[in-house]
Amino acid sequence: MLLASETAAASGWFLAHAWLIPVIPAVAFFLIIFFGKRLPRGGSEIGIAAMLASLVIASGTAYQWIHLVGSTEHADAVSKTVTWFEIGSLKVGIGSRIDGLAMMLLFLVAFISTLVQIYSTEYVRGDRRYTHFFASLTLFSAGMLTMVLAPNMVQLILGWEIMGLCSFMLIGHWWEERANSEAALKAFWTVRVGDMGLLVGTGVLLALFGNLDISEINTKAAEFSGNHALLAFAAVALFIACIGKSGQFPLHTWLPDAMAGPTPVSSLLHSSTMVVAGVFLVARLYPVFHTGLDINIVGHHFNLIAIIGGITVLIAAGLAFVQNDIKKVLAYSTVSQLGYMMMGLGVGAWMPAVFHIFTHAFFKCCLFLCAGSVAHTGSHHSFDMKKDMGGLRKKMPITFGTWMISTAALCGVPFFSGFFSKDEIIDSAKGNDYKVFFVVGLIGAFMTTAYMTRATYLTFFGKARGGAAHFVGEHEDHSHEEAHDEGHDKADAHGHDDHHAPVVHGKPLSFAPDDSPWQITVPLMILGALALVAGYLNAAPFKIEKFHEWLHSSIGVEVPEAPKFEWLNAVPSILLVAAGFAVSLLICKAVFGEGNSPLKGLTQRNALLGAGHKFLVNKYYLDTLYEKVIVRGIAHPISAAAYWTNQHILDGIVNGVGKGGKKTGELVYKYIDQGLVDGVVNGSGTTATHAGGALQPVQSGKVNLYGALLFGAAAVGALVLVLVNS
Amino acid sequence: MLINNFLVLGAVLFCIGVYGVIVRKNAVLVLMSIELILNSVNINLLAFDRLWAESGNNDGSVFALYIIAVAAAEVGVGLALVLLIFRNRKTIALDDLSEMKG
Repeated sequence: MLLASETAAASGWFLAHAWLIPVIPAVAFFLIIFFGKRLPRGGSEIGIAAMLASLVIASGTAYQWIHLVGSTEHADAVSKTVTWFEIGSLKVGIGSRIDGLAMMLLFLVAFISTLVQIYSTEYVRGDRRYTHFFASLTLFSAGMLTMVLAPNMVQLILGWEIMGLCSFMLIGHWWEERANSEAALKAFWTVRVGDMGLLVGTGVLLALFGNLDISEINTKAAEFSGNHALLAFAAVALFIACIGKSGQFPLHTWLPDAMAGPTPVSSLLHSSTMVVAGVFLVARLYPVFHTGLDINIVGHHFNLIAIIGGITVLIAAGLAFVQNDIKKVLAYSTVSQLGYMMMGLGVGAWMPAVFHIFTHAFFKCCLFLCAGSVAHTGSHHSFDMKKDMGGLRKKMPITFGTWMISTAALCGVPFFSGFFSKDEIIDSAKGNDYKVFFVVGLIGAFMTTAYMTRATYLTFFGKARGGAAHFVGEHEDHSHEEAHDEGHDKADAHGHDDHHAPVVHGKPLSFAPDDSPWQITVPLMILGALALVAGYLNAAPFKIEKFHEWLHSSIGVEVPEAPKFEWLNAVPSILLVAAGFAVSLLICKAVFGEGNSPLKGLTQRNALLGAGHKFLVNKYYLDTLYEKVIVRGIAHPISAAAYWTNQHILDGIVNGVGKGGKKTGELVYKYIDQGLVDGVVNGSGTTATHAGGALQPVQSGKVNLYGALLFGAAAVGALVLVLVNS
Repeated sequence: MLINNFLVLGAVLFCIGVYGVIVRKNAVLVLMSIELILNSVNINLLAFDRLWAESGNNDGSVFALYIIAVAAAEVGVGLALVLLIFRNRKTIALDDLSEMKG
């Protein structure tokens, strides 16, 4: 341990002081909670300053790590820990462990948190819990940073749980509405189901390796020769935690509901924190999963991680088609992309999967912030694409532009960032002999393009409807007063008397007069630019492998070489993306556009299509299954059985005893009671009355007095004990 | 090892906790005082655990972990009670809750 800190000191100030990265926001959380309300900007300045400080240190750490990798042949993780507690021979430390993976995510989380906080200053302006919002947001980032830095499983669990708590607070930020608080509870409990797996898995790892240190677990798991079934058990348990946290099938149901939170929260949750935690855990302990679940073994075409990831890619993409809420489309899109990452890890494509975390964070964050920008400025706080959006592209040029870039990146259009990561995953699936998942990846790419085209069309093209119509200045007959489903908090602050001009407080940038204020558009432009260029860190077509160079030492186990990139291999996915775009555009024009098309209302007329549509709208009936079948199925029989036992068995016994007792009683009454006992009873009754009367004041009903008596009696007892023993 | 220091700290915390339980009228503060008492006991247990650590006996720290878990459950129930009382009575002052009077 001492040795580790010495190497840390030798390799640079930032690497040695990386522990400051989560500590600063954690301290900021307390400062905001205690002093935020008294500050002129309600505590948001502390949050932004803390995230900026974290970002600076994280950037320094990244720089020094890259320097370290460049200067030595084989760069080991730089760790620095102090002992937190020890039980017996087990020492549990707390501190920092920097390697390529941690470095990448630290930078990512700090960067995106900073932008999201700047964005939030405008988005939740005037909110009644403004200070609390920034406090939770800051602690949330601190939790993710703590987890990413973790040198051992205990600190990892700590960060993991801090995030769970903060997601609950942030999703339920507007808890006055029942749906929001229920969504928060659902998110918390669903993730909790998975968290059991984390504890069990960690326990098994401790039993297997006698240590909770991540470096040691990885080294030992990579050359594991012991009880394979036990390691597989640990891997499955840990993976269940990842399923819960990362919204994989079948525990993905909480993620779309989590959209009840304010948009900046969704953005942070879905890009770099929370949902990425599950993927991060698999990547972090990759040797455990790689060995435990038999990844990359010749002849094995399936494994748990790849199967779950593959299923998630497809079912989530399917659900994204039928959503009317723009945020829900993005939510299912996130679930689907997380499925890609898991699938990548499952087929042994560690590097592309982790690279996809990196690129996905930028464009998904940007997409969510665009959706927020549209709702904030363009559609009167409604997220309903069909009712309140459409035709916004001319009025909101910045939002539209960044949305288009991010969408292109998400769909995997060549030369945008998503192309370089997603295509690598699909390529690797083929190269590593996982044919099924290669096909799944291709179908997923097709579906992604199709649903994003639909969302884009509904939001930015066509005729403006509802709130958007007011914004762009076209009038519509029907009122949209009831459409304010999320913006009720801000509605108080804004007042909705003026429906013609955008009601915003900040100043829009001068070259986009009607778009959102600069606090919103500047983060959008930064993220949009990164969505365009982030992919060039690891662009296989151009032989750029910077990302690989920095991170490959984090894998911890031998994985197959990535297949050599050839444009010919990329052709199918590019064609499918183009096809998805074309098909979806045609259908959108027909269904949502003007003019009469035979496709309009098809789901109402055609029984089969209608059934499919209903199946999707009801989310494959998974929620119903969980609530009505599983919860009821378990809770109902138990209570029914308990009632039956009560009625038949217990009552029978009680009745029997009662009858026997009655007989006995009659006999006893006749001979003993009347003669002997009555005298005694009367005598003791009188005594009791007197004693009771004397003790009555003690029964004052005052809990404090009871407490005092209790401790007094205990003190007397202790005194007696001491006297007797001495 | 300076076990005395830990024991004195534990005793002081315990007394503060008992004082809180007896004197405070606010139910939440009484709950907090109970937490203090439990934690003072934990400090005692851990102090003795360290004293016997060389002999490989970890009962103290294990016991302390159990107490932490039980204390968490106890606070959960306690705060739920306080919440329900507040919902029904609009007060959590213990003086107003004397239904147990004999």
